[in-house]
Amino acid sequence: MDNPQQEIWDIEISPKNNLFDLKLKDVWHYRDLLILLVRRDFVAFYKQTILGPIWFFVQPVITIITYTIVFGTLANIPVDGLPKPLFYLAGTIIWNYFSDCLTKTSTVFKDNAAMLGKVYFPRLIMPLSIVLSNLVKFSVQLILFIVLFILYFIKGQVPAPNVFILLFPLLILLIAAQGLGLGMIISAVTTKYRDLTFIVSFGVPLIMYTTTVIYPLSVVLQKYHNYSWLIKLNPVTAVIETFRYGFLGKGSFSWDLLGYSVLITMVILVTGTIIFNRVEKNFVDTV
Amino acid sequence: MAKVIKVEDLSKAYQLGNFGTGTISRDLERFWARIRGKEDPFLKIGEINDRTTKGTSDIIWSLRELNFEVEQGDAVGIIGRNGAGKSTLLKILSRVTSPTIGTVKIKGRVASLLEVGTGFHPELSGRENIYLNGAILGMRKAEIKRKFDEIVDFAGVERYIDTPVKRYSSGMYVRLAFAVAAHLEAEILVVDEVLAVGDAEFQKKCIGKMGDVSKGEGKTVLFVSHNMGSIGQLCSKGMLLSYGQIQTYDKTTTAIAHYMRQNKNNEALQPSLFIGSLKDQIHFTKVTINSTDSAVAEILPADTIRICVYGTCFKEVKLFRTSFSITFNGERILTTHDLVRPELLREGNFSSEIVIPANFLRPGEYFISIGGHNGNHLGPGEEWIYGRDVVSFVVLEEYSLANDFANTGLVNIPNSGKRTYF
Repeated sequence: MDNPQQEIWDIEISPKNNLFDLKLKDVWHYRDLLILLVRRDFVAFYKQTILGPIWFFVQPVITIITYTIVFGTLANIPVDGLPKPLFYLAGTIIWNYFSDCLTKTSTVFKDNAAMLGKVYFPRLIMPLSIVLSNLVKFSVQLILFIVLFILYFIKGQVPAPNVFILLFPLLILLIAAQGLGLGMIISAVTTKYRDLTFIVSFGVPLIMYTTTVIYPLSVVLQKYHNYSWLIKLNPVTAVIETFRYGFLGKGSFSWDLLGYSVLITMVILVTGTIIFNRVEKNFVDTV
Repeated sequence: MAKVIKVEDLSKAYQLGNFGTGTISRDLERFWARIRGKEDPFLKIGEINDRTTKGTSDIIWSLRELNFEVEQGDAVGIIGRNGAGKSTLLKILSRVTSPTIGTVKIKGRVASLLEVGTGFHPELSGRENIYLNGAILGMRKAEIKRKFDEIVDFAGVERYIDTPVKRYSSGMYVRLAFAVAAHLEAEILVVDEVLAVGDAEFQKKCIGKMGDVSKGEGKTVLFVSHNMGSIGQLCSKGMLLSYGQIQTYDKTTTAIAHYMRQNKNNEALQPSLFIGSLKDQIHFTKVTINSTDSAVAEILPADTIRICVYGTCFKEVKLFRTSFSITFNGERILTTHDLVRPELLREGNFSSEIVIPANFLRPGEYFISIGGHNGNHLGPGEEWIYGRDVVSFVVLEEYSLANDFANTGLVNIPNSGKRTYF
């Protein structure tokens, strides 16, 4: 009856996704949307403010002032002999990038339910836009870091950056992948049961203390050698330590630690993507 | 004609009730059944999706075993009562959600308009939102740029294009949003009841645009609406859904006729006809027209029409008045109320009556929608009840001096002018 040649379909809608089919072709087609979403986030952030994009600086500046006073001066935690603000800022901007990616991605379905429930586009666009938006924010804060670095460099308080600075692009990739991957794993669970969002909201700031944002790894190795595995276990630690080592010449860098971090990151990212791919199809019904 | 959509055995189940501590045990049970390779124990096929009666399981089948095909260039109007599965079908076709069982095969790009202005950001200007919204709907930036002037022109908001859309009137917002969607380049256009907003002129423009798209450009349109007028105007085929199944898939006129018959209830009014927050508190039971049962009501144009609805109020409603809407051919001609302003509705039996003057309605079959609200229209704390097209009556074809055959139109005013020479 039907000409078999006619039976070629462009789209086939069926109950289940192929778990490993990421529809990257689709994502590529929607790349303009990705860019526009990032732009939207950036522009909407400072619309109707007087200071505008300067607000991106305020948060890290206040944070490092607080850290310098509380951890640096009151608690007197050593900082590898580096200028305290620079030491804290290095950890803070990396940690912020990670935690922003993580918390935003983990509620991506819930936050965008209104939009995702009414129109189809590759769902992966949404978390990707979060990662990129925060990368913009990170870049702005990185400028702050570089300015501060140059100031201390002129004063002769820090050495010139060494060759390990070339690892910087890898570090960014790692930290983004960690935030994205973990966020996607959590997002899958939170669509139906919101319990995990509470854990994320108070847990993520606490997990910061298991990375080397406010203290160097060297101190832990020296004082609490038996517990240092706990700090090393966190894949963010390697990123922060390598970043400090590259820019400031101090830190506990080792290829083992970085290699471990890369491995864990890949596992997290693959798991996250598969879970996300499974959930995206039906989350509208349960979110 | 080539087939562009093929739907096979499509079913969609939803879980009723709240998700919480109670549902996790069931999720685990389902998970356990799945790893043993067994059928999902909670998806028992067979229960009909009637929102008004209490079912035995809390899984409902919003769509059940749908099979149909759509050919290129068809404009299909999808009609049915609230909860018949119209929107679920559109959601699946536009890939927002996936079916529980069955497949849909589609040839070509699908542009879906389930809501106008999806993804509009209030802080961004009209211009920025056109780009953003266009991209969300699947357009490339270059494509939007090319059509930008056309979109702005269609929406008629040129003056406001660089103002944040949060300053727009709701009408302007809708115009802009529809304009973007209307300029999508897709082979299949899926439109939910989105045109209810916007003024009459713009609605006409939208219907016209969709007509051009299907008739002129040979694209396929699937359109959900409660407005039989626009369905009849736009669509070549009609699909009547009832309790998640296809009841009629035929010419538009046939489908509309079946829908109207489905709504016409000749016996006492069923509570199931009504929706709204007051539907359990107030039951409308019977409508009489000029003291006869509405099912047999045939009225002469020269009769004054008294429509009386009887009801029972189970729990006192602080403020309430009954509304009556008269529709002809799917167009709402008028809405009127029994009281000037809402008043206390006491517990017990009551009746509400309105009067339509003689010679006002032209011959034809009219449908009455009965409802009511506490007057706090669309605001917070609004309480309402509504039943669409619950009864009908016929104004007989009998023209007279007061109802001139040449006075065509929706309503009639007896000729009462005069001529003077000067």
